[in-house]
Amino acid sequence: MANDGRPLPKPTPETQHYWDGAKAGELRLQTCGECEHTYFPPRPFCPKCGSKSVSVTKASGKGRLYSYIINHLPTPGFEAPFAIAVVELEEGPRLMTNIVDCEQTPEALVLDMPVEVTFEKMSNEITLPLFKPVKA
Amino acid sequence: MKQKSIAIVGAAETTEMGKVPGMSQIQLHADAALNAMADCGLTIKDIDGVATAGHTPVELAHYLGITPTWVDGTSVGGCSFMLHVRHAAAAIAEGLCTTVLITHGESGRNQVGVLNRPMFPNQFEAQFDIPYGVTRPPTRFTVPVLRYLKEYDLTVEHVANVAVVQREWAAFHPRASFRDPITVDDVLNSKMIAYPFRLLMCCLVTDGGGALILTSADRAKDFPTKPVYILGTGESVETPLISQMEDFTSSKAFRVSGKKAFDEAGISHADVDHLMIYDAFAHLPLYGLEDLGFVGRGEAAHFIAEGHTRPGGKLPLNTNGGGLSYMHSGMYGMYALQESVRQMRGISPAQVDGAKISVCHGVGGMFGAAGTIIMTNEA
Repeated sequence: MANDGRPLPKPTPETQHYWDGAKAGELRLQTCGECEHTYFPPRPFCPKCGSKSVSVTKASGKGRLYSYIINHLPTPGFEAPFAIAVVELEEGPRLMTNIVDCEQTPEALVLDMPVEVTFEKMSNEITLPLFKPVKA
Repeated sequence: MKQKSIAIVGAAETTEMGKVPGMSQIQLHADAALNAMADCGLTIKDIDGVATAGHTPVELAHYLGITPTWVDGTSVGGCSFMLHVRHAAAAIAEGLCTTVLITHGESGRNQVGVLNRPMFPNQFEAQFDIPYGVTRPPTRFTVPVLRYLKEYDLTVEHVANVAVVQREWAAFHPRASFRDPITVDDVLNSKMIAYPFRLLMCCLVTDGGGALILTSADRAKDFPTKPVYILGTGESVETPLISQMEDFTSSKAFRVSGKKAFDEAGISHADVDHLMIYDAFAHLPLYGLEDLGFVGRGEAAHFIAEGHTRPGGKLPLNTNGGGLSYMHSGMYGMYALQESVRQMRGISPAQVDGAKISVCHGVGGMFGAAGTIIMTNEA
């Protein structure tokens, strides 16, 4: 278990399902029962149409590297330089993450390369969804 | 709001800028405020409206000895002062107050008397960004750029060139932090901060402040300063999370704010003589030029490379050198407004001959908010 000094998320009632999912090895999104919009970050209503008829759905965990920077600033819990990345999921939503099992270089981090979710346990409460390149 | 019904009559920066270890944050606000009052011959007794960001307007009013009938504490980042101008104009037009003081002060470098508060308090960021090593602005604001470059087949040299051109403008300003010419190679050889961003593509971190005083245009002619009329205004917000921007190559808040201001002003882009686009990082002017509609999507880097925004070009942009070279205490929007006012008064050290219309566009947070003010010196 990593306990590396970085600030960890404190789940709220509206986001608990997301963090419970990560702990169980699932990436969870929400989908609107009215307009079928799938969205992130979590909230108990659809940000597109306002409907409260929303359900938690399991994402495929697959996506593409959408954009990133390679951070050279000293950061608690990280060994710089490391990439701070945005992944676009197959289902549409984008989220912030880190890319693991990959050199943290512009040569290795190629935009649009396929990535898939992996999970890292940070504490008894928090497991973080991370992404790794899909092996050809 | 009716065009040209409100005017900026007082405008000033702090007495000192850059490294000011002898002034706390609230004193930087006050120093700028007193300078702006002296600029237009007003005293504290004349002010009945106050607005500020990053600091409570309650302390500002009390510190200065003002008892206002109108207060605005809108704090959405560095463009807050553009929003204050917009809100103040509406408040004066509505009769809520007559004379508004807008201040900014920030001890960005020396951190004297700064307030302990999250940069932009919001719940999502703490849960979904910060666990991934997201910290200061260079780790956030920069994130969309590789997507932008790929989308438009551009290189990091194009972004570096923005800093080079703005340094040419800074050279005119005795108060600019950095005035020596730089080349694209200098930028690309400066310290790596957050790939692809190097030090000279990031804004300064300095101490300073600025203040504006607005009143109704029919009173404006009684002041010793040349009135600068508000022609059009806009504002909007998008998202507190950079990862949730709808489009990584364009800011929705920029587009909405800019269109609102241009519609209200009733002008076309060809009418604009002078332009300020808040540049916390070197990619901001690219997004701004495109999202405000001065050029097509993906064309801004070429437009700058062709020399159109440099001294002598057809669209002088960031004529104080911007946050990259002039000064950047944290919420830079006030300094962009100050340069637009100087240009409209005809007193900028980098004066654009005959300039009659200035567009001043600010960003707040990391593409989170936007404010646009269009000014003119023609009554």
